[in-house]
Amino acid sequence: MLNFGGLTVFFGRSLGQAVRLWCEFRGVIEPMPTPQRKPILLDFEKPLVELEARISQIRELAEENEVDVATQIRQLEARADQLRQEIFASLTPSQRLQVARHPRRPSTLDYIQAISDEWIELHGDRGSGKDDLAMVGGIARFEGRPVVMLGNQKGRDTKDNVARNFGMASPGGYRKAMRLMKHANQFGMPIFTFIDTPGAFPGFEAEEMGQGEAIAYNLREMFSLEVPILCTVIGEGGSGGALGIGVGDRLMMFEHSVYYVASPEACAAILWRDAGRAAQASEALKITACDLKELGILDVLLPEPIGGAHANPVKATEILKSALKANLDELSQLSGPDLRRLRYEKFRKIGVFTEPTENGALT
Amino acid sequence: MSLFDWFANRRKADPISQDRQEREIADGLWTKCEACGVMTYTKDLRANQMVCPECQHHHRVYSPDRIHQLIDDDTWQPLDVQVLPQDPLKFRDRKAYGDRLRETQTKTQLQDAVQTGVGELDGLPVALGVMDFRFMGGSMGSVVGEKLTRLIERGTRDRRPVIIVCASGGARMQEGMLSLMQMAKISGALDLHRSQRLLYIPVLTHPTTGGVTASFAMLGDIILAEPKATIAFAGRRVVEQTLREKLPDDFQTAEYLLNHGFVDAIVPRTQLKGTLAQLIRLHQPASPYPTELEALPQDVAAHLR
Repeated sequence: MLNFGGLTVFFGRSLGQAVRLWCEFRGVIEPMPTPQRKPILLDFEKPLVELEARISQIRELAEENEVDVATQIRQLEARADQLRQEIFASLTPSQRLQVARHPRRPSTLDYIQAISDEWIELHGDRGSGKDDLAMVGGIARFEGRPVVMLGNQKGRDTKDNVARNFGMASPGGYRKAMRLMKHANQFGMPIFTFIDTPGAFPGFEAEEMGQGEAIAYNLREMFSLEVPILCTVIGEGGSGGALGIGVGDRLMMFEHSVYYVASPEACAAILWRDAGRAAQASEALKITACDLKELGILDVLLPEPIGGAHANPVKATEILKSALKANLDELSQLSGPDLRRLRYEKFRKIGVFTEPTENGALT
Repeated sequence: MSLFDWFANRRKADPISQDRQEREIADGLWTKCEACGVMTYTKDLRANQMVCPECQHHHRVYSPDRIHQLIDDDTWQPLDVQVLPQDPLKFRDRKAYGDRLRETQTKTQLQDAVQTGVGELDGLPVALGVMDFRFMGGSMGSVVGEKLTRLIERGTRDRRPVIIVCASGGARMQEGMLSLMQMAKISGALDLHRSQRLLYIPVLTHPTTGGVTASFAMLGDIILAEPKATIAFAGRRVVEQTLREKLPDDFQTAEYLLNHGFVDAIVPRTQLKGTLAQLIRLHQPASPYPTELEALPQDVAAHLR
């Protein structure tokens, strides 16, 4: 009893399964979260869940009583699809923040492995005496071409999250990222960075080891690299911790990703003196992909599958991969010095202020 | 009522308010040191660049005084004074950002949190930026980003060393992501300046934190700091929360950063101008630069169009 929709889902899943099994077999990664696990639901998804529960209830009843309700079920399913679309088309910024932080949202390693033909992870910053697991990186083959890929890595469960410090890198992480980017520059490989962090780690050791210096150094040095740099916010772009690997030729963002100067919680605590005003702050700070596109900060907005990237990681991967390919092809036409100049011009333009021109008009 | 009670009541009735202390510094004849409590004749304190002669405590100094302290008389040319802030996000917290800007501008007589310009420091041509903590905590928004970027570009074009006196709480949240991106923009301009082998010296004063620390404050070829200045990426309270225990008293001070290798030297304010002049002179080559560096290479010139 497979309709067309069911068929695609079925194939999608088996393909994902095959990729995962292959990766596990190669011993490269830990297993990805399986879709069979109990879904984690966000509060605004409730009406949808109720409807879906009703559908399966009707289906069971119909099977028990041997009544044909296929038409009604199809109608209800169509209604569910529509509802899902409506809900996800009109998410508020604070709801988007929830989607961006969804524990099942595909992470940097998930995307890297899914978009590349081969991948080898590399470790260490050659200085701090400790490998920072909150920042991962290595060399991959992308569409036949070696590319250095790196990014913030959140954990997939509580234990993993503790090891990865919830995706909050220490100075060692930023220095490891820079070391890999310089490697890319040395060997003429493009760089893909994937941003997904609540922020750089604000801990004692991180301060002691120069968190500010580590990020600052990356900001300046990323302007000096002569290879294409593509930065993608796949989940949460937390302030300087995100920007520390975020200076590139293109900034791409998934539809439900967010990027902010201060987390809405911190902003509310500082400006409203009330951390409970986080929803209001997330509205005011303009953190969504759409807002950033309007402000001229975002270059490429990547649409997400309905229900968010975690609802259909295979589809999200396809969207990411084709956008990376298209933009890399464009940038590969440019020389190293041209890349540098254009990167500088891109950031040079960002900012809103007034200044009277010679003829008295305001710009 | 005992004599003791009488004293206690009197003290309660007449607390030394914050407001009154500030007034004493602004127009009082005498100024009480915040650190050692010694009263100093204000004119003497000013002559000593607001450094307490008794305990060497560095009182806060704002941009006009700072420029006066560092730049030779009659050589200061301010740059981009017409670059004014806007409210691109229509941001409103407990107060509208637009109103906040207007009030602060009236109160401080500044357009935004940085003054930039070119001038001579002990006869040496320099490009100088001075942040002003009075203007919304010296926070960095589009105007600070734009003015500092233009200053650094001017330094690159004229082959001048750049000095930035930092005093800032970090990025200006009211301008959202536009303010975060200023960190990158300024760092890009510094990359260009550096590629021409020009000298950049940030001077970290109290306080230098957040996005400023994570960008141009930490990118100096040589980094100087004022004694006891707070220099941090994350605020002390935030760090305390992640740690759940007491931090060392000198944590995130200039001295702490010196001990951990993140600043080159701590320079008392009274010696700052002399030290900067000495450093700039040490970087002037005995023989002229190789000719290919004399003129701006074409690709750099293209950057600066």
